[in-house]
Amino acid sequence: MDKTTVLSKKPLFLGLLFLLFILFAFLPLYGSVYSVILVTAIFMHIVLTVSWVIFSGPTGYISLASAAFFGVGIYTSAILGKTFPLPIVICFGALTSFCLALFVGALTLRLRGIYFSMFTFGLVLLIQQLLLWYEVNITHTRGRFVIVINNATIYYVMFAILAATILTAYFISRSKYGLALQSIGEDEEASAHTGINVTVLKTIIFAVSALFAGAAGAIMATRWTYIDPFIAFNPLFSFMPVLMAIFGGMGQFYGSIIGAVIFAYLQEMLITRFPYYYMLIFGIILVVVILYLPGGLVGLLQKWRKGDLAEKHANT
Amino acid sequence: MRILEGEGVTKYFGGLAAISNVGFHVDQGEIVGLIGPNGAGKTTLFNLISAALVLNSGVIKFKGEKISGLKPHQVCRAGVARTFQSVKIFGNIPVLGNVLLGSLFGTSTGMSSADAAREAMESLEFVGLSTMRATPAKDLTLANQKRLEVARALATQPDLLLIDELIAGLNPTETAQAMELVTRIRDRGITILMIEHVMKAIMSICDRIIVLHHGEKIAEGTPQEITASKTVVEVYLGDQAYAGS
Repeated sequence: MDKTTVLSKKPLFLGLLFLLFILFAFLPLYGSVYSVILVTAIFMHIVLTVSWVIFSGPTGYISLASAAFFGVGIYTSAILGKTFPLPIVICFGALTSFCLALFVGALTLRLRGIYFSMFTFGLVLLIQQLLLWYEVNITHTRGRFVIVINNATIYYVMFAILAATILTAYFISRSKYGLALQSIGEDEEASAHTGINVTVLKTIIFAVSALFAGAAGAIMATRWTYIDPFIAFNPLFSFMPVLMAIFGGMGQFYGSIIGAVIFAYLQEMLITRFPYYYMLIFGIILVVVILYLPGGLVGLLQKWRKGDLAEKHANT
Repeated sequence: MRILEGEGVTKYFGGLAAISNVGFHVDQGEIVGLIGPNGAGKTTLFNLISAALVLNSGVIKFKGEKISGLKPHQVCRAGVARTFQSVKIFGNIPVLGNVLLGSLFGTSTGMSSADAAREAMESLEFVGLSTMRATPAKDLTLANQKRLEVARALATQPDLLLIDELIAGLNPTETAQAMELVTRIRDRGITILMIEHVMKAIMSICDRIIVLHHGEKIAEGTPQEITASKTVVEVYLGDQAYAGS
């Protein structure tokens, strides 16, 4: 009986996935401008969260560098956007973030726990301040204007980045490297003595996760039209992915996606409805989730399911 | 043939010499015991061999080639596997996954995933855990967690296995099974260097014993020679042990 449920679930899941794909693929054709912009923002949050989860989920290294990788993508786009076509700009944004993460990872991944988190957060502020100094003293302007691109194009590019992020996360988590990353999170010393080159693996996966944050930054820059170091390297983008992943539940891969969707939508709703209190309400929701849902939304779902099963067994 | 050899191995922790100028060797096919009171430097020596720690001076050779200075994963791939004093298993990963990591990453040549899976299953069967392959490792009993560590180490296809206190905390039945496991590993052609506190067990199983005290090697020989050695008895029981005789 178990076998039949497994068999019948897979086509259903794939069908649902296909339906969602069709729904989103043609959104700019039938949806309002607002819905296109809203979904783009949600996609961006999913990309940031899932790319964060690729590395930090299994290893337990809480990185706060997302804003740095995102911001590097934004600035790459601002600088190169006027001279190069969009696909090249996006690739450059992703690659610059990748290289930065490779360098930072090789330098700092020997740090553990809170030290690693602090350093990665320091990186965001360091780049922000360096850039500000450069802009004020060398270019004599604080901000930059970015070439404007129509909303549908931004939407499709973000959609493509999203698909690439989720597929990469999926394949890494299913591969032997996913298992190795998990073992690093469990006991790094034992992983090393089991033959895993922990330093190289951590650094490469950290850099791969930065790739997508950089790409997302490069396309989002065109949507914002004006950027300065404070907009591009906003620390909020370091904390958001962590919070969304916790909100959704880090135990499961899809938890972070669910978390990001709900969180991003909630944020958008609160900003428009309660512009003055939005941060306050947002904070309260977060505190409640962390206090009462330690496993996130997915944890809650699993609890329900287990409760159901327990009841069934109790009745038989 | 000497499979493992150390010359002038020295390790300082601050000003304290945890291991000072120790020379040792392990021959192919032997079971060698490493004993000594608490703080003698046994586990430190293991950490130096497996590259968890970097030695201050001296050299360690495996099959005639220098392995001191390598990284832990390189030592593992060279053919030296180890277990830990306090079990270090991957608690939330299923039993099979724990062992699979060894065969996927720890072998010298690398394996296809099908071969790695086969190797992992063989190791699990060898230690008697194949029926629990889907259980998360943290749910095993201590005795089984220790077996799992051995299975993970064996999956890396080592020539030398370092076993750190396999039977500490086990009951008599489990102890007997663990000792039997060690001899079976040796019968597979794997050389063993083991740390153990339970004298009865180590005396019955080892071909040769090395005694450490305060970071220095104070005796070496067959179990009979060690039990007869005046210095060893003094270290373990104090001078008064001989006062009456």
